[in-house]
Amino acid sequence: MEIWNKKVYCYGFMNIKKYLQVYSYFNYSSFSIELEYKINLFIDLLTSILGLIGSVFLLSIFFSNTDKIGGWDFNQALIIQGIYTILNGVTNTWFNPNLKEIVKYIREGTLDYVLLKPIDSQFWISFKRISPTGLIEILLGFFVLSYCFYLNNISFTIWSLNLLIITLICSISILYSLWFLISTTTIWFVKTWNATEVLRSFLYMGRFPMDSFSFSLRIFFSTVIPITFITTIPSEVLLGLSPAWKIILEILVSMTFLIFSRRFWKYALKFYTSASS
Amino acid sequence: MKNSSIYKYSTLFKTQYANMLEYRAEIALWAISGVIPFFMLNIWTNNGLNESINISNIMLSRYFLSAFFVRQFSVVWVVFTFEEDALLGRVSPFLIQPLHPFIRYFAQHLAEQITRFPFALLIAIFFFIFNPQSLWIPSILTIIIALISTFFSFLIQFLMQSIIASFCFWTEKASSIEKLLFIPTLFLSGLLAPVSSFPYYVKSWIYLTPFPYLIDLPASILSGNKANIMEGIIVQLLWIILFFSIFKKVWKSGTKKFTAMGL
Repeated sequence: MEIWNKKVYCYGFMNIKKYLQVYSYFNYSSFSIELEYKINLFIDLLTSILGLIGSVFLLSIFFSNTDKIGGWDFNQALIIQGIYTILNGVTNTWFNPNLKEIVKYIREGTLDYVLLKPIDSQFWISFKRISPTGLIEILLGFFVLSYCFYLNNISFTIWSLNLLIITLICSISILYSLWFLISTTTIWFVKTWNATEVLRSFLYMGRFPMDSFSFSLRIFFSTVIPITFITTIPSEVLLGLSPAWKIILEILVSMTFLIFSRRFWKYALKFYTSASS
Repeated sequence: MKNSSIYKYSTLFKTQYANMLEYRAEIALWAISGVIPFFMLNIWTNNGLNESINISNIMLSRYFLSAFFVRQFSVVWVVFTFEEDALLGRVSPFLIQPLHPFIRYFAQHLAEQITRFPFALLIAIFFFIFNPQSLWIPSILTIIIALISTFFSFLIQFLMQSIIASFCFWTEKASSIEKLLFIPTLFLSGLLAPVSSFPYYVKSWIYLTPFPYLIDLPASILSGNKANIMEGIIVQLLWIILFFSIFKKVWKSGTKKFTAMGL
């Protein structure tokens, strides 16, 4: 017991091995919770497939009236659908189930227990739960994406693959930061569940190329809510349309978001007053 | 006797309204989250997609504004509330009371819609500031017919979700079925694109489903776009009757299955 205590309480410096082990326990426990509802898994799979069909249907309506939307043709716009599906899967796997919990932690005052644990609170809160249904969506997204490779005759190089992975990681970081920032405000407002709904409906527009919107909306979507960086730039990278400055800008934006969300969480914790129990 | 039931319902409604007013900030945010039709309008007009379906920019912007309004007043979330109540064991006392639990939820929805109205109006005013040329004032008769049609749309969705909510008696997590059903509602109801723009292979069967009657019909009536008003409202009524009878059956066999949870 004593040895175990020593092992756990050696914080002060990041013990990656410890965190990885804790993370595998998290996964184990949430998988066993989720697998209790097996039919749900199937229904969620159906939902994500239907969602994809629906938005391809919407795209086909757009393209039945014109050849190009904002300079993108149908096959190119399909890449954005693929990227969006992957990112939506990531959101549903990691961000959504956890951030739903944050609201509960703060409302019920159980955040106390998290803060008392000898582990980083942001790590605990962001990675406690995992929902396997989103994983299927990620697979679906990659499937669509590889079909798009065939449609658009994209020649694959190690270089472009690396760039895609880098931009995708950046997109995921921005997404994570956005979700985490909104959830952090729960500490002041307690009920921010609907704020995440607003974010979700804005993010939904990431299904379409940003060039198809009017100028003012494009400005809005690249500054206030950086959807441009989330889906459009990775797709442009795949098509080889993206200049280097855009990629560098995306990396900078994602770093800023990550650092800011971390700082904001630390700052918000100063205002945390436990709920009654 | 009749007076007492009117008293009962009005009290129920008033308490729910007071309850909803407490959450007006949340409801305002929720109203904002319904702005998707405006973004879609932007894509439509910015790319000139509406030229080939013979709807002018102004008519299309009126359509999408009306779609926004109809959506605002036909949002239903009964399955999520009922699921939570069922899991936490709050349904058991509801079942004993001499009031159908879903009447309580129904009052909740109506109260929420009234709380939401000023926010929706505010968003519409902003819309007109940015698009002054699309400003229009429908006649009183149009407004009344559109209101009736919107209310029917709300009833259809409320009954559909109540049927799904009743599945909670069997599966505990019925909300995932609702999420599945939401996908065709989103894409086929006319919220993202007017049904008249749909390709023929979809148009040929879509009117056999309830979806185009949820948003497209009331929005077309309100915005003055082409719509079969009489026929549409009759079909809405038929769907309401059908779903109501299904709901009654499912509820009856569900309550027999009921096992109390939580406490």
